[in-house]
Amino acid sequence: MTLFAFLILLVAVVTGYILNLRAARAIRAGGANLHSLDGFHGGFSALVTLVPTFLLIILWLLFQGTIIEALVKASLPSGTLDGLGVGEVQLLMSEIRSIAGGRVFGTPEDWKLAAADHLVSLRATSSWLLVAVTSVMVIGLIYLSRRTVSAEFRARHGFERIVHGLMVACATVAIFVTIGIVASLVFETYRFFQMVPFWDFVLGTSWEPQIPLREDQIAAEGAFGMLPVFLGTLVIAFVAMFIATPIGLLSAIYLHEFASSRVRSVVKPVLEILAGVPTVVYGFFAILVIAPAIRSFGTDLGLPIAPNTALAAGSVMGIMLVPFISSFADDALGAVPRSLRDGSLAVGATQAETISKVLFPAAIPGIVGGILLAVSRAIGETMIVVMAAGLIAKMTINPLDSVTTVTVQIVTLLIGDTAFDSPKTLAAFALGMVLFLMTLIINIFALRIVRKYREIYD
Amino acid sequence: MTEQTASDGFDWTSPAFASQLKKRKRSQLRLKLLGLSAIAIAFAMLLLLIGSLMSTGYQAFTQTHIALEVFVDPEEVDADNPERGGYRDILTATMHTQFPEVADDRAALRKLTTVLSNGAQFSIRDAVVADPGLIGQTVTFDVPVSDPYDQLNKGLINRDTPEENRRLKDDEIANFDLLKDRGMVTKPFNIGLFTNADSRFPELAGLKGAIIGSFYALLTCFVLSFPIGIGAAIYLEEFAPRNKLSDLIEININNLAAVPSVVFGLLALAVFLGWFGMPRSAPFVGGMTLALMTLPTIIIATRAALKAVPPSIREAALGVGASKQQVVFGHVLPLAMPGILTGTIIGLAQALGETAPLLLIGMNAFITSAPSTPFDSATALPTQIFIWADSPERGFVSRTSAAILVLLGFLITMNAIAIYLRNKFERKW
Repeated sequence: MTLFAFLILLVAVVTGYILNLRAARAIRAGGANLHSLDGFHGGFSALVTLVPTFLLIILWLLFQGTIIEALVKASLPSGTLDGLGVGEVQLLMSEIRSIAGGRVFGTPEDWKLAAADHLVSLRATSSWLLVAVTSVMVIGLIYLSRRTVSAEFRARHGFERIVHGLMVACATVAIFVTIGIVASLVFETYRFFQMVPFWDFVLGTSWEPQIPLREDQIAAEGAFGMLPVFLGTLVIAFVAMFIATPIGLLSAIYLHEFASSRVRSVVKPVLEILAGVPTVVYGFFAILVIAPAIRSFGTDLGLPIAPNTALAAGSVMGIMLVPFISSFADDALGAVPRSLRDGSLAVGATQAETISKVLFPAAIPGIVGGILLAVSRAIGETMIVVMAAGLIAKMTINPLDSVTTVTVQIVTLLIGDTAFDSPKTLAAFALGMVLFLMTLIINIFALRIVRKYREIYD
Repeated sequence: MTEQTASDGFDWTSPAFASQLKKRKRSQLRLKLLGLSAIAIAFAMLLLLIGSLMSTGYQAFTQTHIALEVFVDPEEVDADNPERGGYRDILTATMHTQFPEVADDRAALRKLTTVLSNGAQFSIRDAVVADPGLIGQTVTFDVPVSDPYDQLNKGLINRDTPEENRRLKDDEIANFDLLKDRGMVTKPFNIGLFTNADSRFPELAGLKGAIIGSFYALLTCFVLSFPIGIGAAIYLEEFAPRNKLSDLIEININNLAAVPSVVFGLLALAVFLGWFGMPRSAPFVGGMTLALMTLPTIIIATRAALKAVPPSIREAALGVGASKQQVVFGHVLPLAMPGILTGTIIGLAQALGETAPLLLIGMNAFITSAPSTPFDSATALPTQIFIWADSPERGFVSRTSAAILVLLGFLITMNAIAIYLRNKFERKW
């Protein structure tokens, strides 16, 4: 049915276009001088029909589910929902939905069958209503736009105004996405802090988000102290940067200063491949190759290395970040004015001395900016740590130990659990908020450094 | 000149200077070598990554099959209702004919049937349902063997390990070798890897569901992000006045490009699934989430492409009386299109490899059939890799590597198309 509504819309758009085009041609054939080209009259009709109707269909589709559900809930015999938790109501509704979809398990009560019938009929009504409303609307809009066709009508201006409005709407999508992110995080985090005190979360040193299934189970509360999770994130990010920074910087220096342009043109794209490999692949690489290698190396040395050591996840993440740092450093070195470099070489410094004493200090702000951006990536990186790091939060800074990270906890708390009323799921949003703020602050700081630096030389 | 040099009192030929020069040159060499070794480490890691994936993954592109002459016993299968036949018993009887000596030992007989994949009975069932005329006949079926025997045939089980540490005992290996000696065992290309959906049994698990799910998600992502991205970029580059609003939009786009992907997953979970009640695990919702992440990439690429079109084109069109929008849509945009397409394909390639947001909206569910619409539950290629990497069965290790190779194949193809487009259509002004 939805497809049918879209089809009606498509036919209406084409019809409106042709009607107006023909009308404009007829006027022109009658000897009048039209303000706009015929095509703009047609396009005006098409857009006038398309935009509002399309919006209507989309809004309808977005909200019909929620509204129908509310109607079904209201039609249930009074008293059935009394005393039920959010999760139980959800369970009930999904049972009704599956009955309506023809998947009946056992013998449900009569009122459930009735509710399912009601749901089916409401859905049918909704889709018929959608088609009917769409049809009426497109006919009205075609009629209205057909009436506008005349020699004086500035169809091009109307058309261009609508296109302009559409482009502004496209551009504001970015703002809405940001608002959506902030709103959803703030909203769910607020609900989380209604259940768990703010300071317990920020300063707590124990992270045990297991919520008991039965009330008499021990540790009934669960502990939500983010410090160990935060610390684990820092440990892994530190390991990653410890690997990525020297390799990235040295390769950038070599490429920028010593390599011939032919070597450069081969090495740079190959390095970029490292950045293009999906992170889930790095995660698998970490558990398949790196973690066993580190463990057997550690056993040879007699070091106690945990199976999910932070070294494995961190070093693989470091490899992933090498091209990132390398290209940033390359850009920063390239942005240093040539005169500084030539001046240094002219007074007899070797290339190495020029780099370490002249170019590098001059490029430091750009390089630091790039490193900071890489840190923010390391903190926000998810798949490598989900696959290769641990799940248990520990207050440790030992990279040989198994640590967990903010992103690991977000993913494990939310996989397979969608009840929005337990502190366990809401805690993921609180962690998401921490992550978002952390990366945002680092990014803003890094971009500011990079920009400030550019102002000096441009 | 020479006199001046002599008069400044520095002896350029002194051994002290020579040794200092040597030291400086050595440090130059040291830096050079350090740089080279950094690049060598990065290259070595890339080689190790690809090499390890290839060496574990290539095994999954073949699958051990066994050709069985199956007598479809009319006593087991009712012609009116072929779906409910005793196909397991038929297979047991078939194995019995191969090993007559285990006649009465039911336990040994059952052990024999474990050579065959659990899916063998279903493939026979499907064949019989499709053609009930097979009932009562003897038909040759090519069925996959179960994972341990597949590993054995590919040489991944070391026959020299002590029996108690080995997954297959001596008698099981002997039975399999017997079948092999009779020429019943083949190892063809593993078509099932591409035509089957996911399964608990490694020998039956395939990528069809994941590939179709990824395709739907990418399609949704493209349909949403391409027009919106181009619209936004054209507005910002060609029309936007320099005011607070356009500054705000620009800051937002730059920040969105740096937001961790898992945060987009949280957004999708809270807004798309929570507030709008969209279906869980659906590629459509996954595509919408990916579209939000791809949008900044497309906008930035489009703006760069628009900027590269020289102003003379715009001025010429304006000069002959075109309106601002006619200039942009009729002249600038077509000239910028190759650059825009290149950026879009690269953005889509990134989206194809993205995993974390898809995990949060439930695209890691265990689904044994391929989706038929973008609104059905499905997995995507990267989430399928994640599921398989988490599976304990040995057979999934090589499947995971194979799935990764397939994913990398898609990525390389997309990037190659992008590079080709850029080289073929890019104009230097």
